[in-house]
Amino acid sequence: MPETPKKIAHTREDFISGQEVRWCPGCGDYSILATMQRTVAKFDLPREKFVFVSGIGCSSRFPYYMNTYGFHSIHGRAPTIASGLRCVNSDLSIWVVTGDGDGLSIGGNHLVHAMRRNINFNILLVNNRIYGLTKGQYSPTSPIGKVTKSSPEGSIDYPINALCIAIASESTFIARTLDSIPTHMASVLERAMKHKGVSFVEIYQNCNVFNDKAHEPITGREVRDDRMVILEHGKPLIFGKNRDKAIRLNGLQPALVEYKEGMDTKNLLIHNENDPEPNYAYLLTQMEYPTMPVPFGVFRDIKKPTYDEMLDGQVQDAIKKRGRGHLKELIYGSDTWTVK
Amino acid sequence: MADLRSEEKIKTRKARAEATAVTVRFAGDSGDGMQLAGDQFTDTAAVMGNDFATLPDFPAEIRAPAGTLPGVSSFQIQFSRDIIFTPGDRCDVLITMNPAALKVNIPNVKQGGLIFVNEDSFDEAHLKKAGWKTNPLSDATLKDFQVIKVPLSSLTANALKDHPLKLSEVERCKNFFALGIVFWLYDRALDHTIEWIRDRFSKKPEIANANVAAVKAGYNYADITEVLPIRYEVKPARLEPGTYRKITGYEATAIGFITAANLANKTLFYGSYPITPASNILHELAYRKNYNVKTFQAEDEIAACGAALGASFGGQIGLTGTSGPGMCLKAEMMNLAVMTELPLIVINAQRGGPSTGMPTKTEQGDLLQVLFGRNGESPIAVVAPKTASDSYQMAIEAVRIAMKYMTPVVFLTEADILNSAEPWKLPDLSRLPKIEVKHPAQGSGPFLPYSRDSVTLARPWAIPGTPGLEHRIGGLSKADLTGNVSYDGPNNEKMIRYRAEKIKAVANDIPEQEVIGPQSGKILVLGWGGTFGPISQAVSDLKAEGIQVSQAHLNYLNPFPRNLGTILGQFKTVLIPELNMGQLLLLIRGTYPRVNAVGLHKLHCQPFKVEEIKTKIRELI
Repeated sequence: MPETPKKIAHTREDFISGQEVRWCPGCGDYSILATMQRTVAKFDLPREKFVFVSGIGCSSRFPYYMNTYGFHSIHGRAPTIASGLRCVNSDLSIWVVTGDGDGLSIGGNHLVHAMRRNINFNILLVNNRIYGLTKGQYSPTSPIGKVTKSSPEGSIDYPINALCIAIASESTFIARTLDSIPTHMASVLERAMKHKGVSFVEIYQNCNVFNDKAHEPITGREVRDDRMVILEHGKPLIFGKNRDKAIRLNGLQPALVEYKEGMDTKNLLIHNENDPEPNYAYLLTQMEYPTMPVPFGVFRDIKKPTYDEMLDGQVQDAIKKRGRGHLKELIYGSDTWTVK
Repeated sequence: MADLRSEEKIKTRKARAEATAVTVRFAGDSGDGMQLAGDQFTDTAAVMGNDFATLPDFPAEIRAPAGTLPGVSSFQIQFSRDIIFTPGDRCDVLITMNPAALKVNIPNVKQGGLIFVNEDSFDEAHLKKAGWKTNPLSDATLKDFQVIKVPLSSLTANALKDHPLKLSEVERCKNFFALGIVFWLYDRALDHTIEWIRDRFSKKPEIANANVAAVKAGYNYADITEVLPIRYEVKPARLEPGTYRKITGYEATAIGFITAANLANKTLFYGSYPITPASNILHELAYRKNYNVKTFQAEDEIAACGAALGASFGGQIGLTGTSGPGMCLKAEMMNLAVMTELPLIVINAQRGGPSTGMPTKTEQGDLLQVLFGRNGESPIAVVAPKTASDSYQMAIEAVRIAMKYMTPVVFLTEADILNSAEPWKLPDLSRLPKIEVKHPAQGSGPFLPYSRDSVTLARPWAIPGTPGLEHRIGGLSKADLTGNVSYDGPNNEKMIRYRAEKIKAVANDIPEQEVIGPQSGKILVLGWGGTFGPISQAVSDLKAEGIQVSQAHLNYLNPFPRNLGTILGQFKTVLIPELNMGQLLLLIRGTYPRVNAVGLHKLHCQPFKVEEIKTKIRELI
């Protein structure tokens, strides 16, 4: 959050576009939208400086509902449009909203390349593990064996782990949050917005029509304290309804241990978002239900020059070295001759 | 081989003659430096004031196996005292570096033409690789030509024996030795090439010295050898007065778009993915960042187009470039540009298709693709340069139309236009039109992103970051005025008609079509794009023979110039030569059903020869 007092007194209402929201009643997207509207209102940035770019899918309707600039593009391609926009506009806050099908299947290539370039925008990947808008086919994050209309005998596709893709692509900010704990979501979104460079946030979201309760075994109100571990920088990985479990390293593997308040934490895994190497963050992504608690929060937050600032830098360098280009030089080239 | 003992005897002044137009073709392995030799010869023709046109013709393989037919790389130039339009149907002089280059290029030499062969390369192994069953130098294969056997490799080695180079480096200098011979033959000055070599190899003086020595040795060899009794002079051409430079299609395209951006006071953003033959446009632009050019080498064709569209959305000039296979991939994004009515410009450098086709060769097979290759009713403006230098003006036009009408525009060019070079009379910068761009600011009422200009039907181009104009656009059907998502059928039809009308309105804003020659009569030859050269030459040759035909060449393919129908109606027959199976022909027949249009098609991925067009015209008369 900005340290200086805010000049702009935005509220969530300022960011409501007034278009009728057409998600199914009970959809997790409502909570994501409301949290996003509240989050951007907290910043001292005028509404016209925000741009939401999306692809195709339920979550990609997002831009219509934000009272900002918005671009509802085509399937999987939002990062490409956001990239071009960022390259010519350095002062916008750009958000790509995508889903598990849009981002990880048809648009997988763009997602990977936007992240490895460290281009300065935020990517929200709303993961409900199903194709909702096309009415219920298995998605790249559906578990193997998932029975859907297009997989009546169960899916035989092994699922993809969104955060592993982000780590392999060297995204400089990687986080996971969920639709059912808005306070957690808000803190992650704020962090994403403040991050300079690409930020990638996976949001576990419930599709109550086509894949209801897909995340419930992890995020259900009754079980979540024992099945989720909330990551906090510099703090040990301790979790459980009674704060009685922790994670430590067993060789290269995370292992569950019992924990009692007051115990020495030096043997426990201490969360470090800023590790320059990706190994530790990757290890966290491998903690999956039911063998391990699932981590939520910021996995990685590192600094690297962004694509857009390097691009601007090259333009400025070229001007410094060769002078600002004049049309005459451009047209004349190196050799001319005159006919009289 | 020349008898070197006679050296002293022939060091006298040789006979000289004047030639009006000469076609020279260099051919060798793709590693032999033939394109480089051709470029140097071209530069010299330029500085000596000739008119010229060039045709580089190289394989898709970077280094096909040495000495084989697929590895042959050629460069043809016609240079002349008169105004010419093409690089020449067949050459007067062919310079070959090996038996494969000879075999591939015999059909490209005029009867009685001069063929230089590198005698050193006619050994059993090379002959076999090129598929010669017998040695063509010792049988009747070349009886229709004057063959000059030059032991190029050993003469070059001999000339460079005191230079501190490896054998392989010496061998690589033989293109300059060959170039020296041709320089002598046409009485060319060596200065330009020598200066170029010194500059290019300034960090490797030993290589520079060797290449300079090689070109001089070739020149002197030609001067003393008795097999070349005569040299020719090609006087400067009577071009229109003005300042000229040599320009390739790549350069003209790149600087045309930079100029347009400058005239509009915008950043030029170029999103592209490497593809032959479009990549050189990316290279040209990437090198010119000091002109406020931003290049973005994307992960694929789709991303390249998406990024360009994002830049357009951001209020700058979004340009993407590719060739046919990439066009297939960009289609969906181009359609999004149609629906969102943003000024996206797409360069299509046509190459031989379908599919991967012939990547380095030319064709005109994508006209219908750019017009119709998208789902739904998706009108797009299409402009096409007709020569290398014309690319400059048409690039400016593409940008002007895109921004004024808020529409995607395809700049439809061809491999041969991009690769070829010609003299270009430099434009008067003070007379280039400013490109006016209007961006709305906050008004009193609510902002209507799909309201329209009453003349152009363009919607307002509101840039993200502008206070009060926050709005959402996208690929879903748009409500009139508000641009909100709409599933209303009649509204959908209204919007489709708006977009079609908008493209039609462009016809009021482009020049009327000109006809060269009589304005009515028996035959009009109608062309578009790169067929301009051979058609113009054919029409001009026939006129010299007393056969009068008219010519019209289209720069605007969608919409057509507003007077095109009237023009076509004045002729009994309209002949449409195209490097495809009749795509413009189909459009003309569909648009103007009363016109008697006939096609001439060529699908060899090579430009028309002038003679092919003349033959067809004669047939029709």
